[in-house]
Amino acid sequence: MNIIVCLKQTFDTEAKIELKDGEIATQGIKHIINPYDEFAVEEALKIKEAQGGEVTVISVGDDQAQEALRQALAMGADKAMLVKNPQGDEYAVAKVLAKAVAGMEYDLILGGHVAIDDGSGQVATRLAQELDLPQVNVVTKLELKDGQAECTREIEGGSEIVETPLPAVVTCQKGLNEPRYPSLKGIMQAKKKELKQVTPEELGVEVEKQVEILEIFLPPKKEAGKIIEGEAEEAGKELVRLLKEEAKVI
Amino acid sequence: MAIWVIAEQRDGELKKVSLEMLSKGQELAEELGTELEAVLIGDEIEGLADSLAAYGAAKVYVAEDEELGTYSSEGYSQVISELIEENEPDAVFFGHTAFGKDLAPRVAQKAGAGMVSDITAVEVEADQLVFTRPIYAGKAFTKSKVLSKPVVATFRPNVQDLGEAAETSANIETVDVDLADIRAKVKEVKQQSGGRVLLTEADIIVSGGRGMKGPENFDILEQMADVLGAAVGASRAAVDAGWREHQYQVGQTGKTVSPTLYIACGISGAIQHLAGMSSSKYIAAINKDEEANIFNMADYGIVNDLFKVVPVLTEEFKKVL
Repeated sequence: MNIIVCLKQTFDTEAKIELKDGEIATQGIKHIINPYDEFAVEEALKIKEAQGGEVTVISVGDDQAQEALRQALAMGADKAMLVKNPQGDEYAVAKVLAKAVAGMEYDLILGGHVAIDDGSGQVATRLAQELDLPQVNVVTKLELKDGQAECTREIEGGSEIVETPLPAVVTCQKGLNEPRYPSLKGIMQAKKKELKQVTPEELGVEVEKQVEILEIFLPPKKEAGKIIEGEAEEAGKELVRLLKEEAKVI
Repeated sequence: MAIWVIAEQRDGELKKVSLEMLSKGQELAEELGTELEAVLIGDEIEGLADSLAAYGAAKVYVAEDEELGTYSSEGYSQVISELIEENEPDAVFFGHTAFGKDLAPRVAQKAGAGMVSDITAVEVEADQLVFTRPIYAGKAFTKSKVLSKPVVATFRPNVQDLGEAAETSANIETVDVDLADIRAKVKEVKQQSGGRVLLTEADIIVSGGRGMKGPENFDILEQMADVLGAAVGASRAAVDAGWREHQYQVGQTGKTVSPTLYIACGISGAIQHLAGMSSSKYIAAINKDEEANIFNMADYGIVNDLFKVVPVLTEEFKKVL
């Protein structure tokens, strides 16, 4: 079973977002593998351990994204590819990824269901369309047998069990597994593993933009409100009164 | 030339976000001097078309087929893509729900179109749609426009106002369906019992954090939520401790929510949690620690033991509701 994992390097979840010259400031920010993509890496490694095969991790990003790929290699992935292309929207990234995997042999493509930075959740599904593959999103359980995948996927207020033939694109949700930490041995080995770098031009893709960002802004600062004094009984009653009479929300 | 709303129905019931999009879409269509239309897909669903018309759809494309009785990304996207190709709408709106998130990117890629996800606002500027959406789960926002035609967007539920329903019947255009082979198929749907309102659609959310001390204590939040008709959420700390399932997590690695009232109980206010709930209209916080970060955001704060305060609140809500 050969598996391709698409991963993105993102800001750490605890990062404070600030603007510099109208752009998101990157100074002093810790970077991580997008947490949902980390579930995808872990799932790929588990499948490889059970069934054999190879895990290739691929990212579209800048030079720094090599760190994320090295981490995935240290976790146990076999090969990595970085498409150096910090530009381009989801449409373009899906095109680039489709070209990048075109020459590879794979049974399954995994990724996170959303990246916690732009939160757009489009690329994996766009990639599935681009490759004419079926996709199953937001998966919390994945079982593979006889060329089929049985996926439990989260929907509002419950779940669905979706069955699909392979190859397919599957996106991962928390609950699927617990990602491992790279071992020291893994970190040493990762240094020797292949990390191929290409550009969209080398892949023969023209990067087009279909979405233009006009402005980035921070939310209005919320002022601290009223602290309601008094014992529990008294304060509780006062809160309910304020919610009803002042805020008028109940 | 039109704005399209892709209606979402499950078991023959329309999702509220579809009507919210129509209400907003009607305003936008008027401003742009274009038509508002809806697309309805499923099996034995034609009866729902009148509701779509009531919220402003001048025409409803109805695609009915036994095989569309269960949602499938491939089947539904084929129907929508063919309709887009034939009718060339200017904009196609989906709800930012499990349905829309699964479907919209597939349709957009097929159409070679740009798409803006999870929008919280949209306005017309210089005859173009300009969308506002959160990034970093609400730590920042962007305004953007889509350069392609059609423009594709997914709307966050519970953000747009619902207009008044008019008494009207739908102008229906029946769509011929000839589906290709569908590969990924839903075998089974498991709905959670209890029927509590969903986090992403809730007007009121009662949420618990590390201060809840254990899974059994969420009972008192459930009781308060029952009185309020609220959803129950949790912070990452509570989910990581195994007290609540991940689908109830509010924050940067969980759900971003926009209720009218968010009641945070025993939540310290870690940045990743605040990111997911900061767009709540009103925030009330109960926490023993007066230094807790949540008090910097809360409209109303009570510095006290939540186990003493929450039962009082529940009783008081019972009295006033």
